Formats: sequence, C-alpha cells, structure tokens
Amino acid sequence: MKEAAQSALAPGGAEAATLLALFWPVVALLGAIWLAVLLVAALGLWRRPGQPRRPGWPVGVATAGTVLVIIGLTFASYLATRPLSAAAEAPLVVQIQGRQWWWQVAYPAEGDAPGFTTANELRLPLGRQVRLELAAGDVIHSFWVPNLAGKQDLIPGRDNALLLTPREAGIYRAQCAEFCGLQHARMALLVMVQPAEEFARWRAAQAAPAAEPALAAEGRRVFEARQCSACHTVRGSTAKGSTGPDLTHLASRGSIGAGLLPMTRGALAAWVADPQTLKPGNNMPLVPLSSDELQALTDFMALLQ
Amino acid sequence: MSAQPRDTGLDGAALDAALASVWSARPGLLGWFTTVDHKAIGRRYIATAFLFLALGGVLALLMRWQLAQPEGRLLGPDRFNQIFTMHGATMMFLFAVPVMEAVGVYLVPLMVGTRNIAFPRLNAFSYWVYLFGGALLWIAFLLDMGPDVGWFAYVPLSGPQYAPGKRADIWAQMITFTEIAALAVAVEIVVTVFKQRAPGMSLDRMPLFVWAMLVTSFVVILAMPAVVLASTALILDRLVGTQFFNPAAGGDVLLWQHLFWFFGHPEVYIIFIPAVGMVSTILSTFCRRPIFGYTAMVLALVSIGLLAFGLWVHHMFTTGLPRLGESFFTASSMAIAVPSGLQIFCWLATLWGARPRMAVPMLYVLAFLFTFVLGGMTGVMVASVPLDTQLHDSYFVVAHFHYVLIGGAVFPLLGAIHYWFPKLSGRMMSERLGRWAWGLVFGGFNLVFFPMHILGLWGMPRRVYTYQPELPWAGLNLFSSLSAALLALGFLLFFWNAWRSARKGEMAGPDPWGAPTLEWATASPPPPWNFSRIPVVESVSPLWDAPGELKVATGLRLDRRELVLTSVMAAEPEARDSSPQDSIWPFLAAIVTSVMLIWSIFSPWAVVWGSIPVVAALILWFWPRGTPEDES
Amino acid sequence: MRRMLLLALAVPLLQGCKRETRDLRPDPPVAAALDGVAILPIGIGGRPPEVYFALGKPYRTNAYQLSEGKRLYAWFGCPQCHGQGEGTARGPALLDGWWNYGPGLETIYLSVRDGRPGGMPAFRSRLTNDQLWQLAGYVQQLGAYSGGAAAPSRDDAPPTRPAENRAPARFAPLEP
Repeated sequence: MKEAAQSALAPGGAEAATLLALFWPVVALLGAIWLAVLLVAALGLWRRPGQPRRPGWPVGVATAGTVLVIIGLTFASYLATRPLSAAAEAPLVVQIQGRQWWWQVAYPAEGDAPGFTTANELRLPLGRQVRLELAAGDVIHSFWVPNLAGKQDLIPGRDNALLLTPREAGIYRAQCAEFCGLQHARMALLVMVQPAEEFARWRAAQAAPAAEPALAAEGRRVFEARQCSACHTVRGSTAKGSTGPDLTHLASRGSIGAGLLPMTRGALAAWVADPQTLKPGNNMPLVPLSSDELQALTDFMALLQ
Repeated sequence: MSAQPRDTGLDGAALDAALASVWSARPGLLGWFTTVDHKAIGRRYIATAFLFLALGGVLALLMRWQLAQPEGRLLGPDRFNQIFTMHGATMMFLFAVPVMEAVGVYLVPLMVGTRNIAFPRLNAFSYWVYLFGGALLWIAFLLDMGPDVGWFAYVPLSGPQYAPGKRADIWAQMITFTEIAALAVAVEIVVTVFKQRAPGMSLDRMPLFVWAMLVTSFVVILAMPAVVLASTALILDRLVGTQFFNPAAGGDVLLWQHLFWFFGHPEVYIIFIPAVGMVSTILSTFCRRPIFGYTAMVLALVSIGLLAFGLWVHHMFTTGLPRLGESFFTASSMAIAVPSGLQIFCWLATLWGARPRMAVPMLYVLAFLFTFVLGGMTGVMVASVPLDTQLHDSYFVVAHFHYVLIGGAVFPLLGAIHYWFPKLSGRMMSERLGRWAWGLVFGGFNLVFFPMHILGLWGMPRRVYTYQPELPWAGLNLFSSLSAALLALGFLLFFWNAWRSARKGEMAGPDPWGAPTLEWATASPPPPWNFSRIPVVESVSPLWDAPGELKVATGLRLDRRELVLTSVMAAEPEARDSSPQDSIWPFLAAIVTSVMLIWSIFSPWAVVWGSIPVVAALILWFWPRGTPEDES
Repeated sequence: MRRMLLLALAVPLLQGCKRETRDLRPDPPVAAALDGVAILPIGIGGRPPEVYFALGKPYRTNAYQLSEGKRLYAWFGCPQCHGQGEGTARGPALLDGWWNYGPGLETIYLSVRDGRPGGMPAFRSRLTNDQLWQLAGYVQQLGAYSGGAAAPSRDDAPPTRPAENRAPARFAPLEP
C-alpha cells in the first residue's frame, strides 16, 4: 500500500514500470558517457605535450559510437512506447475533464452499474486496464500520475486518451503538469487503487443519491438556499449547479479543494469560510455566512458520505 | 578622380588622422544617438543584454525565495506567474539571443578584417528597437501589466477569453520588437561575412566564431518569422476577434504550439551555436594550436543549424500526436547529438596534451564541458518519447535546459567576456576576482540546478507558485534556494569585476593572449575605423602564421568611409564601397516604429495611422544624398 | 520639462495599475458594503454605495473584473434568454444600447440582483455582491455606446456576433 506518493521512481502501475525499466539503463549509459568525456578531458589536461600529430581516428571512432548509441536509444524508446498504447479488451473507461483548477471525473454506465460524476478523485480497480478519456473544459491541462504512467495533455478541441494498468493498491497523487493559470499549483487529484470488490462497492455507493441525514436538515437548507447550489450539485437535493464539482459524496473523498487540504471537518469549514485565502483566484467566491450557517453547512457536508 | 585622396604612401600618423576625420562619431549626446559604429552599438547591445540578465536573475532569486519552503508567502499566484513569465521572456528574448548577436555585432567585422558592419544604420535601428521592446516589457511589469501566461504563452490561456487585459498582448508585441532587432542583425552579419571579408580570407580560412555567427544568422532568418507570425495571429485573435486558435470556430490550439516551437527549438541553437564558436576560439588560443578538425567543426555547425528545424515536436510529445510521428522526432532530436558529440570530440582532441594556460576564459570552457555534456545527456533523455512523458513539464526539464543554456551558452559567454574584454575596453579583467566568480558561478550553478533533476522525478511540476508541506520536496527546494545565493554572489562578483576592470584594469595592448585571429591585429579598443589598412589573410590563423607584419591592402579613399568588398567564396577583392555616415534617422525610425507597435496593442487603427510616420522616417532615412556608386 | 516627464510617466502608471490589477479576494466588509445601493422609489436609477467609488469603480475599468463578469454571464444561464447579447424570444437584447430600465450600472445591478417583471429572475441568492457587480459591469459593457479602455474580447465558442471590443455599438441600429 503506497500512501499519497507522487514519484516517477516508485511505479505502482504497468506503464510507469515500463518507463522506469527504460529509464535506469538509459541513465547508466548516458552517465557513463558523461564520465568518460570528463575522464578524457582530465587525461588530456594532465598529459605532457610531445606528440606533434594528433591522429584523427579516436574522434572518428567516438563519433561512430555516438551514432550507434543514438540508434540504439531510438529503437529502445520506440519499443518502450508500443506497450503504452496496447489496449486490452474492455478496459474501464473514465472520462476526465480538466477545469480551472479542478478535475471532473465521470464514470459512464457500464453493464448494470449506473454512471455518475465526481471530482478530484479517481478510484481504480486493481489490475484492470483503464482508459482515461481526457478533455479540457477551458484551457490546456496535463494529467500526470507519475507513479502510474507518463503524462497526457488535455487540450480544447481534441480528444486524448491515456491507458493505465494499476498493479499495486495505494493512494497516488496526480497534479496538473501544464501551466493553466493562477492556481496551476493547486490542481491535484488523488488516485486510489483498490481491490476490485472494494471498487465495486465504492462505485455503487457513489452512484446513489446523497444520504438524507435528518440531523443536518438546517445545513441542507443553507446549501440549497445560498450561493452553494448555484454551482454545485448534490444529487437528491435541489442543488443542481454544474460549474463546480459534484458534491454528492464529498465527505467520502480524500481531499478538498483539488488536493489542497485533507478531508476533515475543520478543513471543510475553513475552505467554505474563505476559499480565496486558501486558493486565491479560484472560482469559488467568498460567500458571507453567519457562524450558525457555517456550522450547519459543515455538518451537512461532513455527512455527504 | 585624381583629386580623391588615397591611403597609398601615407605614413601611420597621417593616415590615422585622415581616417579619424571621416570615421569618428560626432562628440556629445548627438553623436551618441547618431553613431553607426558597430563597436559602439555592439558594446551598448552587450551592456543592455547584461542589464536584462541581472534583472532576470533578480526575478529568479525571488522565485527561489518563494519556493524555498512549502506554502511560501512571499509572492501570490498572480505575481509569481508574472515573475516566471518575465524571467523566461527576459532571459530568452532580451538576454540570450540579443547578447549572442551583440557579441557578433562587435566581433564579426573585426574578425573578418573590415571597417564596419554591413548596413550599419540598420544595426543602430536594431539596437533601439530592441531597447524599446525591452523597456516595454519591463515598464509593463512594473505597472502590474506584466505578462502572466508563460514565456511560451500557450493558447487558450493567453487567448482572449482566459487572459484579460493587455498582459498577453505586451508579451506578444515584445516578441515583434526583439524579432525585428534580431532579424536585422542576422541580415547584417550574413552580408558582412559574405561580402566584407578581408582579401584572401576564403570560406575555409574563416575563424570558427565567424562560421558560428553565420550559421546562427541563417537560423535566425529562417526561424524568427514563425514566432512573429504566431504572435501577430495571437494579437489579432485578442484585438479584432479573429479565430486562428479557437477550436470552436475551426481554429486550432495546437497550431500555436507548432508555430511557437518551430521557432522555439531553433532558438535554443541560436543561443548555443555562437557559444560553440566562443568555445572554439578560446580553446584554440589557450591551447596555442588550431582547433582539431576545422572542416568537421564547420560541417557540425551547419548540420546543427539544419537539424534544429527538424525537432520542434519534442516539446509536444504529450499533446497526443500520432505515436509513429513522434518517434520520428525522437530520432531527429537524438540525431543532433551526433554533430554536438563530434564537436566535443574535436575539442577534446585539441585539448589532448596541449597543456593549456588556465586563465579564466579557459576555466569557463572547462565548466562548459562539464555542464553542457551533462545537459546534453538529459537532452537525449527528454528526446525519447516514453521518457519524456514522465519528464516533460517537470523540474527535470527545468534542470535540463538550465544545464544546456547556462552551461552551454552562459559559461562560454562569460569566458568570452573575459577573453574579449581587452578588445572591448582596452583593459584586462582581474584574474583573481575572475577565479572567485568562476568558482561561485560554476559551483553555485550545479548546486542550484542538479537537485532539480531529482525534484522532477519526484513529481514536482514546473511553474507552480507553491507546494504543500506533505510533499517530499521541501528539503531539496531549500537546498537549491540557498545555493542560489552562491550563484548570485558569483554573478555579482563578475559584474563588479567588469565594472572595476573597465576603469582600473591593467592596460592590455593589442594582443594580450597571443591569439591567432584578426581582431587582435588592431589596437584595444580598436579605433572607429578598426584597421588603418585592410589586412590580407593567407591562413586560418593569420597572426600565428605571419608573425610580425600582416600584409595589407592599400589604395582606399580617405575622403569617405570606404571598405573593401570581396567575393563570397574566395574573398577576392571586387570593389571599394562606401560605408554609410552617422545618422539620427535610425533612432527616430525606431521611435515611430515603437509607437506604432505599442499603439497597435490597443487599437487596430494604429497600423493605419502609425505607419504614416514610419514611412516618413524611412523616406528621410533613405533620401538620396548624392553618394556616388561603388567603384570596382 | 522634468514635471512633464514625471506626469508622462505617472499617467500610464496610474492607468496601468488600475486596469490590470487582479483583486482576487474582496475584503468581506467591503463586499458587504457593495450591496448598499440607494434606489429611487420607481425602482430605476439610484446611487451606488460609497465603497464603489472608493474602490475606483473597477467593474467597468478593470480588465480582470470585466472578464470575471463575462465568465459569470456564461456560467449563470444568461445566454438562455439573452443569447450572446443579441437577445432571444425569451429575453431582450443587451447589445443594442436600449435599456428597458435605464443604462446606469447601479440599475443593471439591481435588475440582476432583484430580477424584473416579465421573467428576469433574481440572482441575489446565486451570486455574491462583488460577483453581481462584475456581471453588471460586463452587461453594461456589452451595450455601451463607446469602447471602454478595458474590454473583454471574443470567447472560445462558436461566434454568433462580433467580439465585445469591436467597433462601438453606435454603428448598430438603434431601434428597440
């Protein structure tokens, strides 16, 4: 189980492993060449003068060697590219849309499992190939989970896709890799790889509408009556806004604010109270709420399991 | 005809007095604005470019300060985005390219043994346009109008919908300014090299630095129009609502990236190729032998210039282009390692057993070898599609291109400044200060940028204004930021050294290094006419092969600025030509051009009304003043 | 001479600072005060709150505020009735410079905040005060008779009309 890692050097998926298997030999080979060049330079500096003629053949041999290394690396990288785009049968399809500055994640209906939309969190079943369909909602973003695969841009007007095959359960962090404006730095996504049964349970729970906790009726009223519902959807309530993340099962996620803060009650309250201090320039306005309203709202959201 | 005074038979002092009366600039402020002397303009160009280097460096320090710890509070996202955009734009467009061209402006006419650059008024115009473009960008930045869309300004983020205000327009128009300036210099250098070489300096006797500047100039001429086109299309999209880059209306977002990188990658070689020339020059002088494999070096330069146009797509490997096409660009990107490698092997062969004199310029060459070769290796890695999908847009790439640009271009440039400082100012730079600065710059640089490779592999993306404390990046970032102080101190010492040496340095004499090329055959700094008599060249290292007096050509007129035109290949004398007099019109034309360009950010009508004074200024600039035609 | 030079420097300085600043987080008390529009009894016209002037009237002159207004226009369903400003069967055009309730910014603010008879809904509970001002500023800019110093431009959508920074609306027909 890997926890919130974000590193290309610790692969948790087949694609990242392929890339790392190419990476280390290439580093070793190129590092050796670099050291050899430095060594020759050092020897050349130490060497006593005397030889009047400098024969040309070492230069020729070294250049020929460069050509061979280059050809070898070109073929190696071509061969390493091929498995990256080999689609298995019936992969899990997830549609990801990059927005300024969060990720919309949609699971289309598959078999009996109904489709649903969530945000800033991608859960994947262990061992099954996933096809991520990447689209941009506004500007160019880039989807990068270094532990699972290389990056792929989300570009307006283009349909891109990325294949992933998670091989190790864990939580991996992804972050937008293409500069996308004010909050490019805070556009992260948690990828949770879990066993197939657990994933199926999660999927069924996510597809259901929000729980109806009687306790938080006041919070729900605030959510529906105030600005919240203009942008956010909570399925099962009257909140049907579509410009912000779907919050139906907000409290089941690992983070809020696109990977900004861990999901705790306090963080939720802080985020709602002043999103523009925590993530300046993001599209969630600072909504003036009384402390009672904030309290009720936090109660309500913390129950959106 | 016999009334025209000729230089035949005059003795030294009388000749110099006669030359001074036609070549000297007017004294005073007016002379400063009207001079067309390539040395005055070249010095100005170099000084301005280094000023922008210092400004860009301050921005870099601010960024390192902000990133020194997680959740840094020094800069907000808006300011940080402006700062990293300004850093990139300043370093690439206002420092690196102009400084390389500026060194060319200063040195190429001296190295080919002529009295002024071709089209000297265009040269003056180029400097002023460059200065105004740089001022536009920096004044805008100080007014909180600095571009905040990255130095690459990808649409749609820089397009009309997502970049409100005039920030992106200022970036796009700054491009126009600097590209006009760069194209002008490129044309001058090509013509100077092809038509004004000293008699006898056939193409195979040209110094390698001149070859490098020639290749660079061709790359400039072929690459820059792409970015001018792209930035103009961007301004049109933003100003008059054209749809070049709007996918909803049939435009294409990726078109921008293709156009930008079709320029942007050759840009790297525009910066690197002159540095190759500098390294070759310094190495040859300090090893006291010609560069090993002159022909191979020239062919390598030319093939780098050609290949530079075939690998722009490696900046776009993650955009979802067809895989096979991408693999082609992997091959072409890696192929450029072959000529680069060949050059390195030739330098090593030159170095082999030469026991070079370890003065500061030579130390910078060694720093170059260490750093650039490492940057080249990581360059091979990012050229590979599969590896690049992990490395692209991460701090690994930040490390890579700083290794290539600072290691590959700035180290040779600093070496070149130490090396040619006597020619620029007549004085030597302090060796002791120079060694300290070298150590700090070289050590500081590696300490700042090497950890960034690891940060990139640990998943740190570029262009983030902050990062969270949970991520494991804080330690290396702090280390890198602290090391930045060393690097900054090194640059500060360098600037202090240059400032002090220009005033109090030891007098140099014409040829302090015992160098082989023509610029050392004249005084330091050279008189406005460069050479009292045009030298005649019989080998690639004229000052080594003809010790004592060089052969010279005589018979030039003394009542006008006159120089010798020679044939393109063999440099046979063909004609005597007059070189233009000083003029205020390049300066005035640059002002009205700048007014038009800046105004056109705000209104398309500027192109109509603003072009009237431009046309007027050009008419007055080119108004025939009874200059006689060339004489064969 | 020196004074002229200073003036020549100061004018673009002040202009530049104002039109390009990005005020990302209005202070909560300022945002609250922005709601204090004094309305004439007929519900048309009035006086914006003091704080609006103290801020320097950013909602018509600041490029960022205008573009935020433009974003809100698209996000909050305005195009459903007003199209891209050309109007539809459900709602009047905003491009033609013909204002049913007068052209003042505070009136537009009130129209958006409280709604108007005939189907214009109230956005009081949908938008915050500063967002209402941003939207009102953009809407006023849409139908302005002359181009402003700061203007948003065309957006990345299929074009249905000229961009906002086209030639001013006075060249368009003036009939309601």
